[in-house]
Amino acid sequence: MAYKIVASQCSVCGACEFECPNVAISMKRDMYVIDAVKCTQCEGHFDTPQCVSVCPMPDTCVPV
Amino acid sequence: MANFVSLDNLLTPTSADAMRETPKTSGCSSSTSCGSSAGAGDLPPEVWNRIKDHPCYSEEAHHYFARMHVAVAPACNIQCHYCNRKYDCSNESRPGVVSEKLTPEQAMRKVITVANEVPQLSVLGIAGPGDACYDWKKTKETFSLVAKQIPDIKLCISTNGLALPDRVDELVDMNVDHVTITINMVDPAIGAKIYPWIFYKNKRYTGLEASQILHERQMQGLEMLTARGILTKINSVMIPGINDEHLKVVNAEVKKRGAFLHNIMPLISDPAHGTHFGLTGQRGPKHSELKALQDACAGGANLMRHCRQCRADAVGLLGEDRGQEFTMDQLPEEIAYDPSKRHAYREVVARERNDHVAAKQDATLTLGSADSDASILVAIATKGGGRINQHFGHAKEFQVYEASSAGVAFIGHRKVDDAYCQGGFGEDATLDSVIRTLDGIDIVLCSKIGDCPKDQLESAGIRVSDEWAYEYIESAISTHYTREYGALPQARRA
Repeated sequence: MAYKIVASQCSVCGACEFECPNVAISMKRDMYVIDAVKCTQCEGHFDTPQCVSVCPMPDTCVPV
Repeated sequence: MANFVSLDNLLTPTSADAMRETPKTSGCSSSTSCGSSAGAGDLPPEVWNRIKDHPCYSEEAHHYFARMHVAVAPACNIQCHYCNRKYDCSNESRPGVVSEKLTPEQAMRKVITVANEVPQLSVLGIAGPGDACYDWKKTKETFSLVAKQIPDIKLCISTNGLALPDRVDELVDMNVDHVTITINMVDPAIGAKIYPWIFYKNKRYTGLEASQILHERQMQGLEMLTARGILTKINSVMIPGINDEHLKVVNAEVKKRGAFLHNIMPLISDPAHGTHFGLTGQRGPKHSELKALQDACAGGANLMRHCRQCRADAVGLLGEDRGQEFTMDQLPEEIAYDPSKRHAYREVVARERNDHVAAKQDATLTLGSADSDASILVAIATKGGGRINQHFGHAKEFQVYEASSAGVAFIGHRKVDDAYCQGGFGEDATLDSVIRTLDGIDIVLCSKIGDCPKDQLESAGIRVSDEWAYEYIESAISTHYTREYGALPQARRA
């Protein structure tokens, strides 16, 4: 399983991009997207997915 | 060019009489304001030299110098109940709001463009729209690119403090001499009502624990800055019923830890902004409540009263925002820095300032001779330069001064929702709102006013005069005061 970003709610602040331990998040056409292949839900790195923990918009980084 | 004292204006005559001969008819622009009212005489020379060109740290400097913010740091590590960073409106002026986010390279082009066109520019700040210390790579890269091109620009950041202790050494290395920390509490129980969560060391914290960590990091950051001699300003948002009384304690605590300046700002709370406080009906303070709290803090850390709560992409003097003139689509692809205008302007300001200081000293002497206990509030329409040089109908804000026999003191500004005169004719509905804005003011001094608005103001009990057009603010106020309340004959000045 992986996480995705709900584009309509994203504020495009970019905090998730530099918190992601897998470098799975990048800017594509003015919007951040999560590479589902690289995303590990932060298992083995942190207790909670970093994108979810840092995102200022509720329910914007969600499981696919 | 709609700036406050244009370079042309300053390079020509600097006496008020000469200015009256050649009145400028530039378009609507507003005056200025963010700092200490302390001038050259009140501070050690070493400190004065560091703040004299910084509009936010020196009330006097804010009449002459401009700042710009570049919105390169959108990411934030905390959530505040007064902030909604999704909101973006070019008509809105408040911290955290921007119209476009910039890369460090774009920011550099923007700074150079502004430096070439706005000679008053002295300070580059990064104030978000997120947190400059958290979104650090972009902050650092921007400063390093700009400092290479414009070595004499002052670099300045604003932060919530959570990531600050990790960045202090690099701030020193980059010659960042001014740091602002937003501190709204020193008691986590109060913090819990302001901050729903923080993100720290890869974990989201909520409740008391979040505010405890934030508080400790803020105090640690402030102490580290003080130890390294960096001038630190503390911003506090006054939230009635939550931290209003508590800010007196905050003032004492930050003073104890070496803060140079304390800026107590009113909460901006509007449901349309979509912030938690806006949506839940938390109100902001009234003018009178803010002033009462600021007055109660007198004697503690120096208070800044000229803050305009500017946007994270503001450009210009504090009371004006020229950001819309410098959006990305208007910037050249390639641009070289041309220091000539900034240098010429500085020479003029150096001269003009000596004049202004002498005028202020005269004003203080004049008032000292006044035979009265009266204290009056005077509203000034100014485009900067410390002079009464704006048409009443063009003023987007009024600077408010208090005059008594103790002297003339700047105490704040009043914003006019929409400039009352849009293109030359006044509308009654807006004039009514200007009159409400001027509640409690005894007299308004401006460079010119029409008969009709003048009559309406006077029937509302507010006097207006354009007799002192282009004079220094303090000179005009002191002359008015002594004329009204009398001066001892031997001290009357020519």
